[in-house]
Amino acid sequence: MMDTRVPEIKTVEAPEGVEGAGFFATSLEKVVGMARANSLWPLPFATSCCGIEFMATMGSHYDISRFGSERPSFSPRQADLLMVMGTIAKKMAPIVKQVYEQMAEPRWVLSMGACACSGGIFDSYSVLQGIDRIIPVDVYVPGCPPRPEQVIDGLMRVQDLARNESMRRRNAPEYQALLESYNIK
Amino acid sequence: MTPQESAAAPEVAVAEDPVKVQNARVLALLHRLFGEATFTDVEEQYGLLSVTTTREHIHGVIAGLQQDQEIKLNFLTTMCGINYPEDEGKELGMIYHLHSLTQNIRLRLKIFFPVADPVVPTLTDLYNSANWMEREAYDFYGVIFTGHPNLIRILNVEDMDYHPMRKQYPLEDGTREDKTDLFFGR
Amino acid sequence: MAVNDALAGTHKIIEEAAAQRHGQLMPLLNDFSQELTTLNLGPTHPATHGIFQNILQMDGERIVSGVPTIGYIHRAFEKIAERRPFYQITTLTDRMNYCSSPINNLGWHMTVEKLLGVTVPKRAQYIRVIMMELARITDHLICNSILGVDTGAFTGFLYLFQEREKVYEIYEEVCGARLTTNMGRVGGMERDMSPVALDKLRAWLKSFPVVMREFESLFNRNRIFMDRVVNVGPISAEKALNYGFTGPNLRAAGVDYDVRAMNPYSSYEDFEFDIPVGTNGDTYDRFIVRNEEIWQSLRIITQALNNLPEGPYHADAPHYYLPTKPDVYKNMEALIYHFKIVMGEIDAPVGEVYHSVEGGNGELGFYLVSDGGRTPYRLHFRRPCFIYYQAYPEMAVGTTLSDAIVILSSMNVIAGELDA
Repeated sequence: MMDTRVPEIKTVEAPEGVEGAGFFATSLEKVVGMARANSLWPLPFATSCCGIEFMATMGSHYDISRFGSERPSFSPRQADLLMVMGTIAKKMAPIVKQVYEQMAEPRWVLSMGACACSGGIFDSYSVLQGIDRIIPVDVYVPGCPPRPEQVIDGLMRVQDLARNESMRRRNAPEYQALLESYNIK
Repeated sequence: MTPQESAAAPEVAVAEDPVKVQNARVLALLHRLFGEATFTDVEEQYGLLSVTTTREHIHGVIAGLQQDQEIKLNFLTTMCGINYPEDEGKELGMIYHLHSLTQNIRLRLKIFFPVADPVVPTLTDLYNSANWMEREAYDFYGVIFTGHPNLIRILNVEDMDYHPMRKQYPLEDGTREDKTDLFFGR
Repeated sequence: MAVNDALAGTHKIIEEAAAQRHGQLMPLLNDFSQELTTLNLGPTHPATHGIFQNILQMDGERIVSGVPTIGYIHRAFEKIAERRPFYQITTLTDRMNYCSSPINNLGWHMTVEKLLGVTVPKRAQYIRVIMMELARITDHLICNSILGVDTGAFTGFLYLFQEREKVYEIYEEVCGARLTTNMGRVGGMERDMSPVALDKLRAWLKSFPVVMREFESLFNRNRIFMDRVVNVGPISAEKALNYGFTGPNLRAAGVDYDVRAMNPYSSYEDFEFDIPVGTNGDTYDRFIVRNEEIWQSLRIITQALNNLPEGPYHADAPHYYLPTKPDVYKNMEALIYHFKIVMGEIDAPVGEVYHSVEGGNGELGFYLVSDGGRTPYRLHFRRPCFIYYQAYPEMAVGTTLSDAIVILSSMNVIAGELDA
């Protein structure tokens, strides 16, 4: 049976600016921020159980493509958001770092699940106790595994970060110092 | 009971536990094929016959059981290592589980050997599934399988220099700084 | 059609010419053909379900050799288990085959019950059967829908994941969690199946077969799908047995070994179900066997639901089963048992037990050595994925890269179970 209601589609509101006939003047940062925030392409670095919850988030029930993450890109060169989902063992750590280094700026990292945030329940010799030991993390989503609603909340926090980020941030000395502290070139 | 009553009492067949009967058959087969002296510590725990033998005999026993047509214990379910640091001369062990799919009989074989000389013959020529299981036992316990085509670590990082499942080594990572034992009750 | 016949004639001519050229060029290219490309497939790659690496040597598009490397998610389950009391190990078992956590949980509980000598009442056993079959269905749904995605068909994945969401709702009613369920207790279940759970289950049993039939109509006789998967990665029954295969992969090769039928546990002998087997163990057979197993699992759930007996949902084992909170606050013995169970004062018998259940991927075995303390002395998991993944190079060598991806997908290798 066809649903004849017209869906109420919520679109992103235009930023503050001066509007006139045929032109719209606003600040470049706001436009760039809006564009970046609403088109975050995730790189699903799914290692274990959180990956299955991400698949559920990607499915039609929770659907992160509503938030602009329409295309999960498995190529780091084409992704904006590295979502590390699942336990990172020490054997896997160099690979996470390599994938992070291959991503182009601006890039954000979302650490999903207790294992990626801090090692989780696996306080053992072979598990890296949190990916923030090797790469800088922007948003932590705790849970084991976090519900899809929590993942979407984390994604929205990354959207806030992307929307409000200064365009100079990635070239600023503080950011360079941050990368230096992780030994990332 | 008076003698007349016991004579008149009907013959009640003592119900034999079918599992015990099966295990007795397996034990008889083992003794017939390989001799009684090869097996010590014959136990039956929770319905599963468990025998201990030595590393010199294990390959022959498993090969013989694979060929045997009477019970056909020709499926290697799993094998794992074990560490009893208190048993002098028998600190390490390997435990093999065999299964006969046609007759639904399982068997557990154990061997023990000293940690100073942890050498055991490989089963890769009999069972292809033994390949990675032996690598895992090497990785975890340091058991060296002679004749294994590729005995390197499988689950841990390759440059790890100790065998973590041995009882002497701790579970946690020794280099972690943020979880102090004081707060975690260790 | 006349046009096609004319074109077919042209195609033959082109092929003959190409073959002739090939014959002329091949000796010249002989040196080049020996140059093999090394392709690093993984550990992070969209087509590997979970992280494991295959270093492939390829001659053009053909795979000449493959070396798998695993351990990228080794979390030392067996070592952790030596330091956790029995009821805390359930959370570890969740995370092995995380697509079908209830099977792992309940299999572990059954192992401990075997060690302790606890008999679980019939109602709890039937509830366990329902949850395990639901878990098996969800595991097969993931495998088959992802196999579809790997061959390029994304829609089946979306349809089936919607059904998985409904099963998650049932899990939430029974145990509170969606994926890593930590379901059940030693001695039974932690709570009875509420009326809401039973209603949701009945509604799902009505809606799911429709979606499953739609999925089958999209894939089973789909020409493109069949061209991709028929005769891809076959394995003979003898080889499969030698490699230690169990589960749908072995049944696709023709051997009807199912732990539920051979060593029935938790009242499986009360239910009537068939064991689907394939013929030549190729990817198509594995796909169809999993589909058929979903139908058989639906049968079992329906039988269990219709015949669900009344009674307690847990055993009368106060030494091992945590008493309910009202009892703990009012009853002295319950308080003492609660304290002893949580603080680990209750010891287990000394012994060794091996118990296996039919997991989503095959015989999931638990070998538990207890020395009488509150934690196991040794716990070894017989993980089916770890054992049958060894056969992957044998199945993939000689095929093209796209076939190798499809074979990997159809074997349903779950990295959590592979590395443990």
